[in-house]
Amino acid sequence: MIKTELLIIGAGPAGLCAAISAAEAGTEVLVVERSPRIGGQLIKQTHMFFGSERQYASTRGIDIAGILMDKLTKYGDRVRILTETTVLGIYEDGMVTALHREDDYFKIRPNAIVVATGASEKALAFPNNDLPGIYGAGAVQTLMNVYGVKPGDRVLMVGAGNIGLIVSYQLMQAGVEVAAILDAAPKIGGYLVHAAKVRRMGVPIMTSHTVKAAMGKDSLEQVVICMVDDRFRPIEGTEQTIDCDVCCISVGLTPLGELLAMAGCEMKYIPQLSGTVPMRNADYQTTVPNIFAAGDVTGIEEASSAMVEGYLAGLCAAKHTGHTHTEYENKRADYIAQLSQLRGGPVGKRILDGIAQQLN
Amino acid sequence: MNDLDNTIICRCSDVTLGDIRRLIAEGYTSFDEIKRITRCGMGPCQGKTCQQLIQREIAMATGQPIAALRDQTTRPPATGVRLELVAKEAYRDED
Repeated sequence: MIKTELLIIGAGPAGLCAAISAAEAGTEVLVVERSPRIGGQLIKQTHMFFGSERQYASTRGIDIAGILMDKLTKYGDRVRILTETTVLGIYEDGMVTALHREDDYFKIRPNAIVVATGASEKALAFPNNDLPGIYGAGAVQTLMNVYGVKPGDRVLMVGAGNIGLIVSYQLMQAGVEVAAILDAAPKIGGYLVHAAKVRRMGVPIMTSHTVKAAMGKDSLEQVVICMVDDRFRPIEGTEQTIDCDVCCISVGLTPLGELLAMAGCEMKYIPQLSGTVPMRNADYQTTVPNIFAAGDVTGIEEASSAMVEGYLAGLCAAKHTGHTHTEYENKRADYIAQLSQLRGGPVGKRILDGIAQQLN
Repeated sequence: MNDLDNTIICRCSDVTLGDIRRLIAEGYTSFDEIKRITRCGMGPCQGKTCQQLIQREIAMATGQPIAALRDQTTRPPATGVRLELVAKEAYRDED
């Protein structure tokens, strides 16, 4: 059994920032990460971030992961990182179980926990949706940018949010043809800068369109698409067939809160936050007093807000373990101010509506 | 095969949209009930693909918002683990 003052589950942007923040306050931290590499989704982001300089705008996601990791190593022995380790359960008595690779099962006894498990991709139901060649857009981005594997020759992207647009652009950079980008909504969900970039490269963005069926013998060969009305119902007679060997589904993410739910944290389905999220207070503390949460698991936003939430949750979790940062009040106020600034735009309004239902 | 029986909702246990709609029509209108019959949500992904799709089907069929539906009950372990390893850990504690 491993004893630790603070256990952080997930080494993505939120988890790493929580670790930095808690270690800076003097807390002994154990970070547990499922994958072999640190950085979560940051390591496959080859594009530069938007936003303000404080959240590393104009820096590529993969470089942000490196910057955060460098900050963390400053704290030496105070921080331990276990990669390829999956947390299997958080029990009511506070015990945590984990599995390293497939051959070491062990217990962790933390005084407090920050859950920063992120999100998973949403799926779409259509005939033959299990044909090889149909992927989540995030999975394709991982294949391409982390493992250097070209997913196919001609892609149909379903979803014109930021992920759909950015992955389309990166596919073209890798020499893959993008046949079209569809979105069931009447307008493009992602930033117009990204949309304009792929449009200029000749890729049609077809709004009010969805997938009707996939076709192919052993793997994907064609996708039938159609238009939808304002209530997302298919319009008869608008079908078109698109030749492609890859179809990327990019219809949004949903919070990965199963560990919080099994630990007994009060959970709530909040559409504005894209799924079931933990109830929390302004310090990102859940209804189980020694469990905090940060990043996409508390509601889907961007990596920039995940980082600030991580800093805030780490600071507050550190205080909970008895390590109050000398600048606690100032830092807390600063992180809260940064978050309201990040949520200042039109997308932020929807997030704020969601958060209003989440705060207790 | 028709379209509904060709649409996979649970990739872990090969449960189709046709299966889900038939069960909802029979009166199984919560994720946990459907899980007990079909095993959806009990495979390696533990419901990360199917839960959101099934909840939407239940919501449409019963005319309720998704927020009014109960999520599945989650329990450890979050992913598969060999029993031998659990036993090993138990002995380690006794030492």
